[in-house]
Amino acid sequence: MMTLLILAVIVLGILAVTRLSRVYELTSALRGKREEDITERDSRMNARLMWAFPFAYFAFFLWLTVAYADQMLPVSASEHGVWLDDLLNFNWAILIVAFFVTNVLLFYFAGKYYYRKDRRAYFYPHNSKWELGWTIVPAIVMIGIIIYGLSVWNRITSVPLAGTPQVELYAQQFNWTARYPGKDGKLGATDFRLISGTNALGVVTPNSIKTRLAELEEIVVVEKKKLETEGGFLPPSKLTALEDHIKHVERMRGRIVNLRTLMDQDIAARGAESPYNHGSDDIVIKEFHLPVRENVDLVIRSQDVIHSVFLPHLRAQMNAVPGMATRIHMKPTITTDSMRTITANPVFDYILMCNKICGASHYNMQMPLTVEPDGAYKVWLSQQKGFETAEIPAAEVVPATDTAAVISNTTANIPAVTNEPKKN
Amino acid sequence: MLSYWFFFVSSVLMIASLFVEGGPASGGWTIYPPLSALPQAMPGSGTGMTLWLLSMAVFVASALLGGLNYIVTVLNLRTLGMKMTRLPLSVWALFVTAVLGVLSFPVLLSAALLLLMDRLVGTSFYLSEIHIGGEALDNMGGSPILFQHLFWFLGHPEVYIVLLPALGITSEVIATNARKPIFGYRAMIGSILAIGFLSFIVWGHHMFITGMNPFLGSVFVFTTLLIAIPSAVKVFNYITTLWRGNLVLSPAMLFSIGLVATFIAGGLTGIILADSALDIPVHDTYFVVAHFHIVMGMSAIFGMFAGIYHWFPRMYGRMMNTKLGYAHFWITFICAFGVFFPMHYIGLAGAPRRYYSYSEFPMFQGVVDLNILITLFAIVGGLAQIIFTYNFFHSIWRGQKAVQNPWRSNTLEWTAPLKHMHGNWPGAIPVVHRWPYDYSKPGMPEDFVPQNVPLAEGEEEEHG
Ligand SMILES: [Cu+2]
Ligand SMILES: [Cu+2]
Repeated sequence: MMTLLILAVIVLGILAVTRLSRVYELTSALRGKREEDITERDSRMNARLMWAFPFAYFAFFLWLTVAYADQMLPVSASEHGVWLDDLLNFNWAILIVAFFVTNVLLFYFAGKYYYRKDRRAYFYPHNSKWELGWTIVPAIVMIGIIIYGLSVWNRITSVPLAGTPQVELYAQQFNWTARYPGKDGKLGATDFRLISGTNALGVVTPNSIKTRLAELEEIVVVEKKKLETEGGFLPPSKLTALEDHIKHVERMRGRIVNLRTLMDQDIAARGAESPYNHGSDDIVIKEFHLPVRENVDLVIRSQDVIHSVFLPHLRAQMNAVPGMATRIHMKPTITTDSMRTITANPVFDYILMCNKICGASHYNMQMPLTVEPDGAYKVWLSQQKGFETAEIPAAEVVPATDTAAVISNTTANIPAVTNEPKKN
Repeated sequence: MLSYWFFFVSSVLMIASLFVEGGPASGGWTIYPPLSALPQAMPGSGTGMTLWLLSMAVFVASALLGGLNYIVTVLNLRTLGMKMTRLPLSVWALFVTAVLGVLSFPVLLSAALLLLMDRLVGTSFYLSEIHIGGEALDNMGGSPILFQHLFWFLGHPEVYIVLLPALGITSEVIATNARKPIFGYRAMIGSILAIGFLSFIVWGHHMFITGMNPFLGSVFVFTTLLIAIPSAVKVFNYITTLWRGNLVLSPAMLFSIGLVATFIAGGLTGIILADSALDIPVHDTYFVVAHFHIVMGMSAIFGMFAGIYHWFPRMYGRMMNTKLGYAHFWITFICAFGVFFPMHYIGLAGAPRRYYSYSEFPMFQGVVDLNILITLFAIVGGLAQIIFTYNFFHSIWRGQKAVQNPWRSNTLEWTAPLKHMHGNWPGAIPVVHRWPYDYSKPGMPEDFVPQNVPLAEGEEEEHG
């Protein structure tokens, strides 16, 4: 129905234009007017419109600014966000002046000097002084903008102090997972080959490796059996796919075995310092909490495609790139509760949203962030269960005895993520 | 010829990609891998994506051949007396555009070919440590960021490949219709060259938040903000050209003035986006959408419209209807601002681009009515293009017959006979004696002196 209506409007529009232009053509032919003769009347009408336009333009600008002031982001909830807002306002002050000056000149001249037969344009091909002027003035302004901008940029991207607590944000199609260090205060090593239903982030510990190897072993057994019993009946393409898959899983197994060797060497060499010993008490959870007025070093990773951590209220954004870890170093300054008061919105929540197109549900890849006083944060954290120190739900896969053995083996600590810590 | 047919093949591939299983490429025009490299990442990363990439590869071949043609023609086939400093600015702009294309498109070709190899033969240029669809992939050691570097090495010059011809057209149209020489001819050439050069060393400003080294980011901030200087020169030179002119407000002239207005609006917000620190809160929001559609969409398209209205008599030997041109301009001009100006506010409210719906976010409910306003302007602005389409096709066949030089312009194309012929001129091609902007020159009987008119006795040549 709607489509029909739109079509009807378009058809009517075309008909109207056709008729009108036909009438116009006939009358102008009668008057002997030619298209290239832009009459003084036409020029004057357009010149008047050129004068009217900036009024409408600036009014629109003003109206949007005033009417939507309360829809803009509230005061920044992070320390660096305040620097950014100041920098932004500084830039706006300059840009709005430039905007008004250039537009006023443009439309004023466009409306004032319209064509009249008795006038002649002023032949004025160049003026080196003027041109030098409007090269140098923008250059000076730009230098100011660059210096101020880069000083803020350098402060924001400065390396966090040693010992700044790390929290990991992990992106996958189409949700977020957070990982907090356990009692040891360090995040454990990860490897994407260990990702499974029981180990969403692929945390590497002696136990998780054992579990994963067992899982893959089982897959190989099942698939090989399938190949034996059904192989003869499968169409060739499915048969190759099945064979390829078995080979793929076996390759993965081989690489995890190599990883285990590496891990064993590292643990032997570094003992409690080894990142492979930090993982088992990590808290892997689909909730995102941060303490207020504490520096935090967010480590951002992705499982599949590029996503982006976007925290508009904290003026923070950083891509999540598969194969590397990126960082946001920041300090939240306003708790969720205070922000509810500031925004007069009792259900206000900070939102973490994905800001890099990542597939079908990109538009809804979000997770609320709770910023709370340090005490409340610590209480919340202490109520969460460690990755392996809690009961493992998939007990069918892992023999229960191993779990116990490994716990005693992995309570040691120390920091580091496996990936090169790329700053910011 | 080859360039044309490559373009044709590329278009056929691109259109074919709309009709394959899984639909066309749907990772956004930037097609960042791994999303675009892995068919299992989304439906729009299937055959449609492969065809899209093939189409781009063929298109690059076309652009290269076409670009070389322009460069060689401008450098070697100028008529007698047509020094580089007597070239119309439109030709200068096309020349620099061609150079940019020739230098930057090959890098896109390599980006597309590597991506095709990742898709089709199992290489790992852009892929590393990926677990998708319940399976860990074999690919190790690649970098998705590599693609972004290659892509934006073309991607930023591409902005000027789109924009420079529009600026060149505008220079020509404004001078002709202001009946006044373009102000600062040499500075205009210099700024085209400066913009062209700088456009090659700014690509990283699209990647401030990819985890790039912050120092590298600083370098790109510096180079990017430098572009503001030649851009400002251009704007002030356009405005000064209007000053004390005798402005024939033809549809082409209106669109050119419109271009300057959009170039100002879009250029200024570019200063915010070029600042890496300020890019953090507005990156990938509607603020960016507003910025580049105003400067790259509106400016470029206004330049194109200006060119069509201006040179239509040359192309088809007939005139377009002026009154319809006015209606087309004013509705388009107002609606274009109506569409893109409010987007700045949606972006500053924190709304990301490439969300098809904001219904899941209570925080964006307050700007929903802006989206409605935008939609209304977009519909009206879209309908206004019917006026143009009608005017265009109607005028091709039924328009008023054109005279030799309807806009009383100085450039050579208006001296060629209306009848199209091989070589454009019967017999010898015209010889050039002066720069193209002798409009309203004191002491001359007419307010224009075409380039092929020899200097009068005692007349000084003007150099801008
Ligand atoms: Cu996403
Ligand atoms: Cu760019």
